[in-house]
Amino acid sequence: MTTITDRFLGPRINPADASSRSIRYGMPGFLLLAARVLLLVSLFLPYWRMELQAPQYPDGLHMTAYLNSLTGDVAEIDGLNHYIGMRSLYEAAEIERTVGVFILIAFVVMLELAAFVHTRWAALLVAPVVFFPVVFLVDLHLWMRHFGLNLDPNAPLSNAVKPFVPTALGKGGIGQFITIATPGPGLMLATVASFVLVTALYFHRRAYLPLVKQQNSAA
Amino acid sequence: MRDVESIAKDRGLTTADLVAAAKTYLPSGQKDEYLMFASGGHAGQIFVVGLPSMRLLRSIAVFTPEPWQGWGFGVGNDILAEGFPKGKANLWGDTHHPALSETNGDYDGQFVFINDKINARVAVIDLRDWETKQIVKNPLTLSDHGGTFVTPNTEYIIEGGQYASPWGSEYVPISEYKEEYKGSVTLWKFDRNRGRIDKDQSFAIELPPYWQDLSDAGKLASDGYFFMNSLNTELATGGIQDKKPPFEAGASRNATDFLHIIDWRKAEQVFKAGKVQEIEGFPVITLKTALAEGLLHVTPEPRSPHGVDVAPKGDFIVVSGKLDPHVTIYSTDKIKKAIESKTYSGSDGFGVPILDFDSVVEARIEVGLGPLHTQFGPDGYAYTSLYLDSAVARWTMGGSYGSQTPEPDWTLVHKTPVHYNVGHIAAAEGDTVSPDGKYLVSLNKWSVDRFIQTGPLLPQNLQLIDISKQGANAPVIYDMAMGVGEPHYAQIIKADKINAWATYPEVGWDPQEQNINPMAPKPKMERVQRNSDGTVDIFMTAVRSHFNPEHIYLKQGDKVRWHITNIERAVDATHGFAVPVYNITASLEPGENVTIEFTADTPGTFPFYCSEFCSALHLEMMGYLMIEPD
Ligand SMILES: [Cu+2]
Repeated sequence: MTTITDRFLGPRINPADASSRSIRYGMPGFLLLAARVLLLVSLFLPYWRMELQAPQYPDGLHMTAYLNSLTGDVAEIDGLNHYIGMRSLYEAAEIERTVGVFILIAFVVMLELAAFVHTRWAALLVAPVVFFPVVFLVDLHLWMRHFGLNLDPNAPLSNAVKPFVPTALGKGGIGQFITIATPGPGLMLATVASFVLVTALYFHRRAYLPLVKQQNSAA
Repeated sequence: MRDVESIAKDRGLTTADLVAAAKTYLPSGQKDEYLMFASGGHAGQIFVVGLPSMRLLRSIAVFTPEPWQGWGFGVGNDILAEGFPKGKANLWGDTHHPALSETNGDYDGQFVFINDKINARVAVIDLRDWETKQIVKNPLTLSDHGGTFVTPNTEYIIEGGQYASPWGSEYVPISEYKEEYKGSVTLWKFDRNRGRIDKDQSFAIELPPYWQDLSDAGKLASDGYFFMNSLNTELATGGIQDKKPPFEAGASRNATDFLHIIDWRKAEQVFKAGKVQEIEGFPVITLKTALAEGLLHVTPEPRSPHGVDVAPKGDFIVVSGKLDPHVTIYSTDKIKKAIESKTYSGSDGFGVPILDFDSVVEARIEVGLGPLHTQFGPDGYAYTSLYLDSAVARWTMGGSYGSQTPEPDWTLVHKTPVHYNVGHIAAAEGDTVSPDGKYLVSLNKWSVDRFIQTGPLLPQNLQLIDISKQGANAPVIYDMAMGVGEPHYAQIIKADKINAWATYPEVGWDPQEQNINPMAPKPKMERVQRNSDGTVDIFMTAVRSHFNPEHIYLKQGDKVRWHITNIERAVDATHGFAVPVYNITASLEPGENVTIEFTADTPGTFPFYCSEFCSALHLEMMGYLMIEPD
């Protein structure tokens, strides 16, 4: 009799097969582990950086976003932004910065579970993690758009600076400032993890699809 | 390079001019190698000049209120008041001799001290934020000149009196000069951790009523001693109005004056043993005690001396008298032996033993007319300013320094003409245990024809001399006009020895305490607080481009404490705070917290504003102070 759990987890491999075909059956698990490590390391690295260049700041102004914090010359940038009526950056993505770390840990747990699931349901556990870097950037863009388009009309420079959408990645400009937004090593690792996961899914199907078919035909 | 030739031709520049320009020109953004801390003379300030560019980088307000720094206009008033002589508000100073703090006889870049000759005061400046932290008034005398000089580890700051006067400058007719007029030297104990002079650990030594002049602390071979010149050992009392010889004649009658040799380590023990007399509330080792304890010796020196300068190893002491064309070099070794063997040629009129001149002199070198002050190079050369010749003499040292120079020991090598009437000279770290050479600045009193006529009051001329090459090669490579006071002495320190703050370390910093002020207003704490005792506290923040609060209502007669914090963290984001009628201006550097106190005695409406062009909306950075009449 097959329980719902069995159907979800899919066929088990007998130990003899596992050791004789260790690459075939080991690869998906190994890649999932690699992705977990990449994500865990990314927790401690910057996800996004913004540099502002202007004549009176010869060393530039720098802002660094981690999953859970904003560091660098944020106060100075906020101080400048008040002239155009932009809200304090500390008010942006507050929820994301609060839960970001927990979501990432949840991802790691999901990948851990996915290693035991040998059916197509594994893809459901992996997919959110694959799309995570894209979601991060889209969220960033939406926040920048929201901040840039909702400037305080009573700000000192509201006549001079019209609402605009700051660039989330690449080069932009506002007033005498050139802005350069770049992905941080954390986001790069998360992106690498996405590719690793897609590869993991490929090996996953190659290893387990025949077994699933076998099991289905037996039933 | 063809461009350079054509420019040189057009402007009439010689090759030497181009070389001088290449040695001194700093392209935009490049920084100087040395900093010169020069006294500001009558300006009562310190001027800081970069070398080799000779650009004036900063003034540091010390004894004189200075509006840009807000010094004395709401900020620093208490420190200035500490120095008021006899309780009278004196709001200028005659700064003469800056002294950088030293560790093992070398500049350490932490503090600079300076004396005020007109009122006998000493100031302490912290080189983290370049602000004056303390002014002490000498209780014994009203004029000083033998300061400031520090002992090798800045244990003490030496302040020698100048014009002998009755203790505390009480009224005494000059007919009682010999009995009642006193000379003195004060040793101010410096507490490096607190960054303050510790008055309770300081003391003075009574000296004969000569006019003590420049001094210098011994180091290495002469560690534990200091040396101090004097003039008017004739005890002239002037009186030209009664057809008596004026001071200029009476005080120059003798062929020699006296070099004082003082054992300060022994003096410290005598002070700690309590063998002092309280005079004007200050512990003084009397002349009698000083003689009984063997603290004081003198030896003849060429008359009308100015500089007494200790060689880098402490083994020689160079004295020059303006009326004698020689520099006289004394040997530390011979002085010590003469003291030990009591090789005296007599005693002065006050019982001070005179060390036999011939027994303590090492060499005399004829260098030119009006020798005044000596500095040292790293390579066996010494330099002496020649006031009358308007030149700087380079001469060779002997002893263990002799082998470093190609010329024979103790000989004049070269004279560089300067323009004109040089007073002090300053070589890079040229009065420390390890002089750097490279540059020497001639601080000339007259400039006559060197600059465009600026009316009948002419700037001083600070000339930079390249002393990096040996022999008869020491050209002037830059003329800097100083049109804001008359620098006397200066010290030149390697710029990288000073760790100056770019901004105050944290928001809410009180520079007087060098710590965070817990009362300092921060964002969201801005308010006007009326206290039960009738006083008013205003808590204000300043940031580009507004003060908060902007409306201040007071009642006539309110006693106000106005606390302002500049909450900026950006380098150079300084705000000013200026209030009309009330004579208030403050400089709020990033992070700085100041408290300004005044009584709102004049009712009216007063627009206050930020007096620094801090931002594009700087004009809008203002507020209204409205004081309701009662
Ligand atoms: Cu301002």
